[in-house]
Amino acid sequence: MNRKWVVPTLYILFLMLPIYGLLSMSFKTTNEILGGFSFFPQQFTLANYIKIFTDPTWYNGYINSLIYVVINTLISVSVALPAAYAFSRYRFLGDKHLFFWLLTNRMAPPAVFALPFFQLYSAIELFDTHLAVALAHCLFNIPLAVWILEGFMSGIPKELDETAYLDGYSFPRFFVRIFIPTIAAGIGVTMFFCFMYSWVELLLAKTLTSVSAKPIAATMTRTASTSGYELGLLAAAGSLTIIPGAFVIYFVRNYIAKGFALGRV
Amino acid sequence: MVRKSTNQKAWLLVVPVLLLVAFNAFIPLMTVVNYSLQETFGDNVFFWEGVTWFEAVLRSERFHASLLRQLMFTGMILAIEIPLGIAVALSMPRKGPWVSVCLVLMALPLLIPWNVVGAMWNIFALPDIGLLGYSLNSMGFDYNFTQQPVSAWMTTVLMDVWHWTSLVVLLCYAGVCSIPDAYYQAARIDGASSWAVFRYIQLPKMKRVLTIAILLRFMDSFMIYTEPFVLTGGGPGNTTTFLSIDLVKIALGQFDLGPAAAMSLIYFLIVLLICWVFYTVMMRNEEQ
Repeated sequence: MNRKWVVPTLYILFLMLPIYGLLSMSFKTTNEILGGFSFFPQQFTLANYIKIFTDPTWYNGYINSLIYVVINTLISVSVALPAAYAFSRYRFLGDKHLFFWLLTNRMAPPAVFALPFFQLYSAIELFDTHLAVALAHCLFNIPLAVWILEGFMSGIPKELDETAYLDGYSFPRFFVRIFIPTIAAGIGVTMFFCFMYSWVELLLAKTLTSVSAKPIAATMTRTASTSGYELGLLAAAGSLTIIPGAFVIYFVRNYIAKGFALGRV
Repeated sequence: MVRKSTNQKAWLLVVPVLLLVAFNAFIPLMTVVNYSLQETFGDNVFFWEGVTWFEAVLRSERFHASLLRQLMFTGMILAIEIPLGIAVALSMPRKGPWVSVCLVLMALPLLIPWNVVGAMWNIFALPDIGLLGYSLNSMGFDYNFTQQPVSAWMTTVLMDVWHWTSLVVLLCYAGVCSIPDAYYQAARIDGASSWAVFRYIQLPKMKRVLTIAILLRFMDSFMIYTEPFVLTGGGPGNTTTFLSIDLVKIALGQFDLGPAAAMSLIYFLIVLLICWVFYTVMMRNEEQ
């Protein structure tokens, strides 16, 4: 009677096909790849992965990316928390304009900012550091974090704050001891989104780094253009970038849907 | 909604966000404004040009062409992703062990770095050795996305559908899940058709999340750069050169800073204008 599962199954199959293509290519030798199409790897090899895990230019790319993503997530969420509280609880001069202005930065195409960012971060001598990328990604992640957190906080009745103040809590103590635990799910979801957008962005990350903080994405594009047609290696590097994402989704899986509904995103 | 009280001290809580975002937004934006009004031959020597660059960009056929391609692309992906997202969300299980599996698998494309998405689709669509390209060609279709504009467009749109439909699904799913069972029971008692259930119960509940989905998809598709750049490089010819790709070509490829800056500002203003309309609509919905 119930044939509803067909649509999601087909959809998931469609999602998995390109990923499977990438995975299967990462286990093939270059000769086999260029020799023609095969659904399963004929000469199964781990050489591509071994190369990535033994060559510092490759594995450092992953480490660099993870470092700036974590720094960015921490900065974004910690400054967005008080701001989101202010937006959700108080009216103040210019609040609506400020909220929209924040949002406009989420709308700014990174291509517009690539060159000025390069000049700005070179001028303050942060070029090619993890901090530069982390700060640059704040441009779109802080507005997003404020937006999501504000949505979550607006769902919490103000009586909570008032009761706490009556009980003699100061604002910082109330915020850390009561409010933050109450919106823990919202913070988790926000961190997920900050992680996501910082992890997937390439244009700014590539523009702001050259050697010591080069993200994996940039290593991939540069290797693709210099070493010719090493598709297997590229596929292996690509497959590995999926893992952190899959790992993070697993932890927030029960909150994604709930989070989407509560926070406005 | 929380009732808000007026408190000017709330500004203090906003200051850190303001400083960080202003540092990242004001200084670069002013740099762009500077470039857009001047001509430079290097060595930090600038000549005042006024609005010359803006006029040049607004008149240039190249800009019109990329803007048109951009609008077509955004229109196409919205027309596919929104209905598809709604359809998948409505047919997903509401409870049981499959919910987690569906959510994790569907969210997966959202967390893949954009250049990997491009590279993955490039590999997937290669005419002779990729899964999609090989299958299409062996089924008798003449398909080669590096040479045929139509194939390139199809592949780019399909890639974006693959990449972002899940966002719409997740948002709509959250909307559908927030409908109490009692609504459905009432509908069953009234003998409502499944279309009526969709039109009068599910769609209104999804209205808010749908607005957000459309806003997000509009913004992100309008500034798309990495995925089509890695997939097709804007080619064949200029057929998949969207606004951002064109902008980067002018700014970093040809180093024409003046026109690039003027184009940046026009580009940004277009996005702002459309988003402002969305935002106003959304806020009005929320106040109701």
